[in-house]
Amino acid sequence: MTAELVRGQNHPLSQARLEIRVSAGAPIVAGATLSDENGKVHGTEWVAHPGAPTLPGLEVSRQAAADHRLAVDLDAVPEVVHRVSVLLALPTGVGGPVRFGAVAAPFVAVTGLDGSEVASYTITGLDAESAVVALELYRRQGAWKVRAVGQGYAGGLAELLADQNLPEAGLLANGINDAVAQGLARSVPAPPQGDRSRQQATPAMGPDQGGTAPTSPYGTQGASGAVPPPPATPPYGGQPPHHTPAAGYPAAPADPPAANGGINYSHPGRQNTAPPPPAPPVPPAQPGQPGQPVAGDATGWSMDERLYNQVWGMFEDLARTTAAYRSAVDFADSRMEKELDQVLSDPRSRIGGQGDAAREAAQAKHAQLVDQARATLDRDLAQLTAESDVVEPALPPAYARWDNPVWHAYRVPMETPMALRLGDLHLPESDPLRIPMLVRLPLERGLWIDSGTPGSLDGAFHDSHDLRRLALETAVAHAARLLAVHPAGDFTVHVIDPAGSGAQALAPLVQTGVLAAPPAVGAAGVTEVLGRLTQRVDLVQMAVRGGASESLPPGFDTSEQLLIVNDFPHGFDDRAVNQLRYLADEGPSVGVHLMMVADREEASAYGPLLDPLWRSLLRLTPVPEDHLADPWVGHAWTYEPPLVPPGSQVLQQVLTQVAAARRSWNR
Amino acid sequence: MTKGQAISLQKNDGGSLTAVRMGLGWQAAPRRGLFGSRTREVDLDASAVLFADKQPVDVVFFRHLVSDDGSVRHTGDNLVGGVGQGGDDEAILVDLQRIPVHIDQIVFTVNSFTGQTFQEVQNAFCRLVDETNGQELARYTLAGGGAYTAQIMAKVHRTGPGWTMTALGTPANGRTFQDLMPAILPHL
Repeated sequence: MTAELVRGQNHPLSQARLEIRVSAGAPIVAGATLSDENGKVHGTEWVAHPGAPTLPGLEVSRQAAADHRLAVDLDAVPEVVHRVSVLLALPTGVGGPVRFGAVAAPFVAVTGLDGSEVASYTITGLDAESAVVALELYRRQGAWKVRAVGQGYAGGLAELLADQNLPEAGLLANGINDAVAQGLARSVPAPPQGDRSRQQATPAMGPDQGGTAPTSPYGTQGASGAVPPPPATPPYGGQPPHHTPAAGYPAAPADPPAANGGINYSHPGRQNTAPPPPAPPVPPAQPGQPGQPVAGDATGWSMDERLYNQVWGMFEDLARTTAAYRSAVDFADSRMEKELDQVLSDPRSRIGGQGDAAREAAQAKHAQLVDQARATLDRDLAQLTAESDVVEPALPPAYARWDNPVWHAYRVPMETPMALRLGDLHLPESDPLRIPMLVRLPLERGLWIDSGTPGSLDGAFHDSHDLRRLALETAVAHAARLLAVHPAGDFTVHVIDPAGSGAQALAPLVQTGVLAAPPAVGAAGVTEVLGRLTQRVDLVQMAVRGGASESLPPGFDTSEQLLIVNDFPHGFDDRAVNQLRYLADEGPSVGVHLMMVADREEASAYGPLLDPLWRSLLRLTPVPEDHLADPWVGHAWTYEPPLVPPGSQVLQQVLTQVAAARRSWNR
Repeated sequence: MTKGQAISLQKNDGGSLTAVRMGLGWQAAPRRGLFGSRTREVDLDASAVLFADKQPVDVVFFRHLVSDDGSVRHTGDNLVGGVGQGGDDEAILVDLQRIPVHIDQIVFTVNSFTGQTFQEVQNAFCRLVDETNGQELARYTLAGGGAYTAQIMAKVHRTGPGWTMTALGTPANGRTFQDLMPAILPHL
């Protein structure tokens, strides 16, 4: 949806990474100034222009050109900057037109990285002006918007910059014009398309995350007792990503930085402002041997995406090789059974040793086939284990176990990762091998940490008190991870703990100060938090449906929200239960997520009313349990929660950093 | 390759075939008359059935595109055929090295899902290709082959350490591979 702006009109920007495309009938200079909340440009270093084309989060062309593409990453723009003004000017002293009235009306468009237009503006009505502020991008209540300005200056760049309270305006304007003149003198005759050169913007703009991976990864068997529809595969055609361990995929083409006006041949529709890191080199395989596994050996635009695809590839490979093994063993079993039946039913076998011989033969055939199948499985497991050994240490925090050293080097990230590790998965045939359970962010379903009595696998006795504590600790570990992998202020956690029974387990969240507010207690607390979040869902939905996201009230917090509910249904009346169901249904699409720490039995008084709620949540357990199915074959995988190693302070350390970043972000 | 002929998939140099592809191609029915939308499309489907000792274990067809073990993959259903340029409109890829140890035969079939006989379908063919080098091992012309709606094309089966392919080319009738089971069993 393109908004065609008129002068003075504004439009919300939902993406931080943008391109501003400028086209004019003649070569023009494009630049940008940054100003603080009082509109002040602090100095020449706050101006991006051909002589100094890059600023944090912003890059302009080095030359005058009829077409420009300015790269903008609003997330990377310093926090003190409240306004980015995009300016255009006619170059002086090069014999070109000296007033905008003599050239075609400049056209400016704000587009996403995929080229989709967000807003556009044709600057009409210019006459004697030789410089113009075309657009401004500005912060409003924590979100960015664009406004069509179209303010022209007959006095050129110097007057424009002076109007922005820049003391050295005249000097800078001369500098810019010099740089442009030099650039024109240096440049080869312009290609017909004008200047298409574009350097990489300073901040690493992230990956195009439109991967081909399945998006609804896990079916649960636990909630409804029903086996989920297995594949996330579209009915016809599409395939889940499959994985070829030894194949070195060619690295995504990295844009070479175009030197001074060189032509950049990269595909404009696939523009990644940061070149993806090259794929790791794959050592040549020994003949007859599988190649050495390498972390990141999968397709993707970033290391994050490659590792994500690689982990999913390992997951599928393990599911399939285990399917082959189980199928072979089943067949061997049924064949032996049939043969033994024949031996029994054959009267001749009752005489002498014939029966024994036939029985032994059947058993030997069985053993031989099972051995063969096991050998194949072991070969594949060896390969996958070797791969896991290199992949696990290479994982970024969002994908890594809590005992991974990467957490000790933790820093609050600048971008949300594409996925999150919710735990580990394994199968009994391949017990030591763990597959990270990665789900895409933002979460598509709420989470349910089941504090009910499990069918515990290890046979250990858990009394219900222990389980409750474990469940809440698991929830805290999940919440801490979610907080840690989001940029400061992008993720807000609310807690409802009606009886205050979770105080001890919640301490890491409460004491480090990463929560929006202390855990809500009592029926009043429940009502208040649910009411606030329900209202938020309503507002955002209305705004989205009406296409009027600027109409959100002032001070509106645009971050993703997570609500942790402990001890459900304690403290919930019917109205609160309905609000909770509403949040579970409608929340995820507008960034409100639910994490229930609950025993379904305790809410059984509500009867089938709550079944849809439980079904809509992804059930996780605080102790290992085999309740998750893969999307290809439907094996029951044993899930293990991602708990912090006993005695480790990593959770506190990470949360302390998150809290500090949140405080400085709030300032 | 003629009907009933068997070729070993062992290569002369001692190596063996590692991957084969069954390709199926046909031409979309021409549109005719005023009501172009009323011409009947032709939907042929390729399937592969995996057998262990004459028991069907797994089937790869348009509803189940990848065998559970991952060794046999269908490239996806094509509902209308191609333009008759000779390319494969549906293909099934078999990674012979990854086939589970108990699977000893794989049978490839073609069915006319929309019910036209092969007489009514233009330029229909199916073929088996050595996926490693693109060499065509067997090719059948289905079009004009008679009033049948299905064909049991070929089977690959284990012989010693390697695989052998036998061309079957048996005509049959049926909408999906399930209908063909009685016709397949004698060939196992």
